[in-house]
Amino acid sequence: MTAETMSIFSPKVSARFDALVEKYPVRRSALVPMLLYAQDEIGYLSDAVIAEVARRIGITELDVRNVATYYSMLRFKPAGKYNVQVCTNISCMLRGAYDVFEKFQDELRVGHKGVTPDGVFSLEEVECIGACCWAPAIQVNYDFHDDLTPDSVPGILAQYRQKSEGQKNA
Amino acid sequence: MPRLVSHPDEVKVVSKRFGQGAADIEKYIELGGYEAIRKCLAQGPEWLIEEMKASNLRGRGGAGFPTGMKWSFVPKQSAKPKYVLINGDESEPGTCKDHLIFLHDPHSVIEGTIIAGLAIGSKMGFIYLRGEYRYLLEIMEKAVADAYAKGFLGKNIFGTDTEFQIITQSGAGAYEVGEESALMESLEGKRGVPRIKPPFPAVVGLYGGPTVINNAETIATVPHVINMGGAAFAAVGSPRNGGTRLFGISGHVERPGVYELPMGYNLKKMIYEVAGGVRGGRNLKAVVPGGSSTPVLLPEEIETLGMDFDQVGKAGSMLGSGGVVVIDDQTCIVEFALRTISFYQHESCGWCIPCREGTDWLKKSLTRFHAGFGTAKDIDNIRYLAENMMGRTFCPLGDAAAMPTLGFVKKFRKEFEDHLDGKPCPFAKHGAPELTVV
Repeated sequence: MTAETMSIFSPKVSARFDALVEKYPVRRSALVPMLLYAQDEIGYLSDAVIAEVARRIGITELDVRNVATYYSMLRFKPAGKYNVQVCTNISCMLRGAYDVFEKFQDELRVGHKGVTPDGVFSLEEVECIGACCWAPAIQVNYDFHDDLTPDSVPGILAQYRQKSEGQKNA
Repeated sequence: MPRLVSHPDEVKVVSKRFGQGAADIEKYIELGGYEAIRKCLAQGPEWLIEEMKASNLRGRGGAGFPTGMKWSFVPKQSAKPKYVLINGDESEPGTCKDHLIFLHDPHSVIEGTIIAGLAIGSKMGFIYLRGEYRYLLEIMEKAVADAYAKGFLGKNIFGTDTEFQIITQSGAGAYEVGEESALMESLEGKRGVPRIKPPFPAVVGLYGGPTVINNAETIATVPHVINMGGAAFAAVGSPRNGGTRLFGISGHVERPGVYELPMGYNLKKMIYEVAGGVRGGRNLKAVVPGGSSTPVLLPEEIETLGMDFDQVGKAGSMLGSGGVVVIDDQTCIVEFALRTISFYQHESCGWCIPCREGTDWLKKSLTRFHAGFGTAKDIDNIRYLAENMMGRTFCPLGDAAAMPTLGFVKKFRKEFEDHLDGKPCPFAKHGAPELTVV
């Protein structure tokens, strides 16, 4: 059996990884982005993800774990379908980020790194996301939302909840 | 979509294509794009390095090293391939300028990278974006693909026998990777821990080959330097500080945003005129002039302060990444110092003990202090700790954590003293923070 047929990833992501390892002068350079793209598809770095990434790059699983644990976006257990990341660093803090973070905690009834029981949302307090001039800012997965107040929180959550329902019914 | 701002005092060089759809390659060409590289291909590397030297362009990542000089340090002959590496791991709190460059003008980054490659005789460049900037990475990836399709990248760029390839790369969340040697480690698929220097990257860099590492803003500025001519670019700024800079003004101002102003522009004017003054008519308490790692300045220190590397350095701080964070008089400096050190404690990679331990101890001390359980001796201890981190680590993260802490303690000692004897923070909105670690 070839590596492709044994893949835990979708054919699209699998093909992307085949190309990714050939892209650099050194195969291993694909490791960090590959882990992130793998997480985007599977939800977290499961044992199976680590094993397949290790095999694709040609390094040990321990080596993959050693690198993966360094990067703060990579996680080893599932997050919500929509991971709400609230920046509370200085520029955001000065413009009320902690009030926004508090509002998210109230609305979702989870704290930092918590996942809602239905698995739709998770919440995280994060460091600077590079949106300081449009503070306070958050990211939901990779989408930015700028210039927030606690009042904008319910609307943002409703938007993603709707998206989630839509996908369920589709 | 991040809001764009404008002010009559702005001199739009790097930001002149913002908001004009220049992420589209045809539009970029229509607006004068890819002219600079054609000129460089015709004139050759020696000429272009001289133009860069004449421009007084200094690295926008924070260190302010002259770009032309950096390029000239790369050996002409090398047994190993040479590389250009663009640092788009923008993570310094207070900094969001590269965000706008990738969004509005990705081809300027590509064009600058090709020019840097031509200058040092490299055939390959990497553009590394922080993992959080996924939508910007996708914009960059499309721009690179479009440049390949036009023959601007590849084996024979612009119909010449010069080869240049560009590879885009995503990080996965790590401030430390913004340090140049850690950046190379990350790109090589490793933990982003710094390397010892020397050897410097210009001699032994990525994959062991000579490497030039430039900040994304620096490299996006390069085509404009070539188009304007080095001397004309230098004339826009202040002595030894060529051109303009994207200043990101954030915090307690009426009109936060990224403004492009000439180097040497007065900081007070920047806050009160360009950004509309302190929010809600309050008074200014302090300014962090160049991202969270730069020591804080007091209102009386900014009266005549010109924002360039030399003047801010002379004032005891740094121009850094150009991220100006404005703090009003209702802000607790101890809390601000605590939030700053919490960031560095979180981001310290743990490789060097003074940084790993120092940031952690500082965070613990400041947490206890802000909760009202500090003692007078703590203030001196915080200073002692920070002073002993300075210059004792492989990379500047240790300094980046210690410098602002020292600034806060030195300039706001009175406010630290006000927190003593179990008194709660006079500014705390939600009451004193919970004491979790002692």
